Amino acid sequence: MSKDLRIINNRFIDQTTRISFKFDGKTLYGFKGDTLASALLANNIHLVGRSFKYHRPRGIMACGSEEPNAIVQVGNDASMTEPNTRATEIELYEGLEASSQNCWPSVNFDIGAINNFFSPLIPAAFYYKTFMWPSNFWKLYEYFIRKSAGLGKSPTEPDKDIYDHRYLHCDVLVVGGGISGIIAAKIAAKNNLNTLLIDDKNILGGTTLFQENECFKINNSYSNEWLKKEIETLKSLENLTIKTRTSLAAYHSYNYLLARENITDHLDINEKKDKIRQRLWKIRAKKVIIATGSMERPLIFNNNDRPGIMLSSSIKKYIDYYGVKCGQKISLFTNNDSAYETAISLDNSGVNVNSVVDIRDKTNSSIVKQAEKLGIKIHWKSTIVNTNGYKKINSIEIMKLSDDGAAVVGKKIKEQCDCLGISGGWTPRVHLFTQSGGKLNFRDEDNVFLPGKSELDQISIGSCNGDFELDEIIKNSVNSTNKFLKVNNNDYENLEIISSKEIHKKNIWLLPSDKPLGKTKPFLDFQNDSTANDVKLALREGYKSIEHVKRYTTTGMATDQGKLSNMHALGIIAETAGVKMGQLGTTTFRPPYTPLTFGTIVGRNVGEFFDITRKTPMHEWHIKNKAVFENVGQWKRAWYYPVDNENMHEAVQRESKAARDSAGILDASTLGKIDIQGSDASEFLNRVYTNAWSKLEIGKCRYGLMLNEDGMVYDDGVTTRLSENHYLMTTTTGGAANVLSKLEDYLQTEWPELDVYLTSVTDHYGTVSVCGPNSKKILSKVIPDLDLSDKEFPHMSFKNALIDNIKCRVMRISFTGEHSYEINIQSSYAKSVWEKCYEAGKEFNITPYGTETMHLLRAEKGFIIVGQDTDGTMTPVDLQMDWIISKKKYDFVGKRSLYRSDTIREDRKQLVGLLTDDPKEVLEEGAQIVTEKNKQPIEMLGHVTSSYFSPNLNKSIALAIVKNGKKMKGKKLFVPMENKTINVTITDTVFLDKENKRLNA
Amino acid sequence: MFLINCPYCGERDQSEFSAGGEAHIVRPKQPTELSDDQWAEYLFMRKNIKGVQFERWNHAHGCRKWFNMVRDTSNDKIHAVYKIGEKPPIN
Repeated sequence: MSKDLRIINNRFIDQTTRISFKFDGKTLYGFKGDTLASALLANNIHLVGRSFKYHRPRGIMACGSEEPNAIVQVGNDASMTEPNTRATEIELYEGLEASSQNCWPSVNFDIGAINNFFSPLIPAAFYYKTFMWPSNFWKLYEYFIRKSAGLGKSPTEPDKDIYDHRYLHCDVLVVGGGISGIIAAKIAAKNNLNTLLIDDKNILGGTTLFQENECFKINNSYSNEWLKKEIETLKSLENLTIKTRTSLAAYHSYNYLLARENITDHLDINEKKDKIRQRLWKIRAKKVIIATGSMERPLIFNNNDRPGIMLSSSIKKYIDYYGVKCGQKISLFTNNDSAYETAISLDNSGVNVNSVVDIRDKTNSSIVKQAEKLGIKIHWKSTIVNTNGYKKINSIEIMKLSDDGAAVVGKKIKEQCDCLGISGGWTPRVHLFTQSGGKLNFRDEDNVFLPGKSELDQISIGSCNGDFELDEIIKNSVNSTNKFLKVNNNDYENLEIISSKEIHKKNIWLLPSDKPLGKTKPFLDFQNDSTANDVKLALREGYKSIEHVKRYTTTGMATDQGKLSNMHALGIIAETAGVKMGQLGTTTFRPPYTPLTFGTIVGRNVGEFFDITRKTPMHEWHIKNKAVFENVGQWKRAWYYPVDNENMHEAVQRESKAARDSAGILDASTLGKIDIQGSDASEFLNRVYTNAWSKLEIGKCRYGLMLNEDGMVYDDGVTTRLSENHYLMTTTTGGAANVLSKLEDYLQTEWPELDVYLTSVTDHYGTVSVCGPNSKKILSKVIPDLDLSDKEFPHMSFKNALIDNIKCRVMRISFTGEHSYEINIQSSYAKSVWEKCYEAGKEFNITPYGTETMHLLRAEKGFIIVGQDTDGTMTPVDLQMDWIISKKKYDFVGKRSLYRSDTIREDRKQLVGLLTDDPKEVLEEGAQIVTEKNKQPIEMLGHVTSSYFSPNLNKSIALAIVKNGKKMKGKKLFVPMENKTINVTITDTVFLDKENKRLNA
Repeated sequence: MFLINCPYCGERDQSEFSAGGEAHIVRPKQPTELSDDQWAEYLFMRKNIKGVQFERWNHAHGCRKWFNMVRDTSNDKIHAVYKIGEKPPIN
């Protein structure tokens, strides 16, 4: 730490606690309470980064979230490193490691800086213009451009930190803990409103906290002392919650706001462990008071980007708050009064102020008079035309402004300095207001956009609402808050406020130089390296909309979202194009206000909590028996059960054969189950399924096909009539939730007169499906009391039964074409019933099979899977399932659409079977089907939807949808693949047991 | 993110709801008697208004009830919510 640059100031930082940290590998020291930026400045380090395009040396410029240059990489751990972090917002902690970005090999010697010498060759949109030709070279260019693009390095391993989300509801949210925010929060809380006050800094108070000047007094004490007392009382209020280190990221409609709270970022590295790092607060506030203050504008002049050139108010904060001198010989350059506060603060702290360069003709406000009294030299009606010093400013060149401000006149004065404070006036932080949908108004007098009309219950107060003088800030904040909250607080009546008043205002967006514009470098957007010249070039090239100019020049598109650059860009555009700024409008401020880490955004929803995982009651058994799982929606389903070293194909072939030869067992618990009750249940089913239901006997099951109103197949499944007014519907695994909500929709909105109640019971029952020629024998062992004769218990019927005194429902239904039973039992017993069936089946070599075998077996029978063989464009007629459409029913969902001009077309794509000429050749699902081999362009007739090698038929089988397929039975077609063409023949969709003999075997 | 006043549950976060398109489109009682064009009108044609629009919403992660909403799409202001079958409180 350079002793010369520290002054004794223990009010806000703890100069008794020394903290070591590393910057670019070098160990340095700071104090507790420092930011990385203030500690670097105290170590006389201004140069912290290289600019994006030209790799020009850049230094710390500000002291808050608007910082464009001092963005650093924090940490060097592959999982915890964080790029693009603002040094001005990083609180110093023991063990902090940070490094410069966008420079190689080092920030002091950067090879990329050669770009600066080529800068006349790299104007706005250089990349767009240059790398367009020849177009096939883009692949080559891209490699190099990608390599040099971007600033920091992203972590390569998963983030180990813990992040959190929480909800918060309050009556009043006050954003910003400066003087107006404190007043508003106090008024709200004292009037029994549940109030939340947030501020992104570690303490409340804003800039007034260190405003100790004769020109700003309240009730005869310095404004900072008065505010400190206010904060004391505030902290004792009951209805108030204060959250510091909490930055408001986004303001959405209906007063829904997101705020990021930093919980451990400021802690020493060994104290961070196992604690939540950042928390995202999801706030719903009845009323919102925005008191986000304002930020100082830079000035746009030649070479205004050198390290050592800083915002004037930041220099003031570094000296008054952190006790750090940004230089030993500081010059100031301003168009308003606030730079004089900095001059006075510096002078009070014993820093040599060279002079203040002021573009105004002369002014005599009390703060200026005070500065003059201290003997500070002022260059009136002057501007800086150039700065010198490569890695740090060492001198400025001053000239007089012409009367109209468009040119410079007279002699050039050179002044030595090691730091330059610039102030171009103040920009209200209206970002949150506009994020919330509010419209801005432009105030010509001091060139600011101010909150205008808003649809939400909110107000802006203080300097973010355009009040810049202390007395007005207090008076207007009190009045607005009282009115907004409909209360009558009189704590602030009769305050005696002394405040220096700014009398003269003058603004020049782009300051003139003695050199022609083309030879100067007036930077607008420091982070993205765009200059005033780039904006002017864009206008010359025909761009008119501010949004287009922004994208063309990238002005305002860096990680700081143009906090410092937007206003000048607008000003220069308006001036050049000859329009009024108010008419030009602004670019859109988008959330987040300051960048959020991905960790904060996802919170706890990582790893196993990323999505819900649904497991069947038999899941543990599947794991024990080495099942490989597949995801079906949120469900984990057993896919196949490899034995020994079987691969998937071998396992599926074995399982499929066993199920047809003897017995197989499948976990069918994931099928959607909807319990339907009510006196109109039958009528309801009539309306939602294509077939008729009224005549279904109690105890019988029926397959149903459900359409969308557009006639396309939506879902299918077997529904069982349990009693007169009670049905159990099954749906596809993936469609369960959608089917239920679709049915609810019809019931509630179209047919409220129907007496029907729907309940999802998917999770309530586990389903064990036993199939195969020996399934009957196995079931008779498991449920000896049940009469399984075809007469008593035929295919497509159901029986209530007891297994160990536990009630269950047994359905004799089949998705494989085999004689098969499905036992539905309360979930908690499903695993034991499964095990019982498995034990009973052992003598018959009962084989557990997964979804893949299930798919194969049903394909042998030509049964469709909705979503695999259909895709939302298939009608039942297309599926060759005309038999399921009731001719008698007057109406059902989708019926009318089945004879629209498009759905009755005969050449629609239709479901067919496919056999390969070579029975060993298995088609790829999704493969295209064509009529001719060599025609170009080739006409695609359709594609393969399901394809397997059937061990039971010992040949390859497939289902496909083919244009006009119904009429093409026996026709030879081709499936062209990458390196061969497969010959196929269209067949019937049923490959095995066309007579359904096996069902009753 | 809207704050939606479910007619059955009261104010709830938008994340509990799902939107269901234009409201007050009644399913024809006798679809078989409609021409292709008339049926297509019911099936496909929906308004997409910039301004006040009548919409169906479902409290999907709540009471699962459908209801109607009058919402201004230009500023997301919800002017009214009402139960299915009720007349819109505003025109």
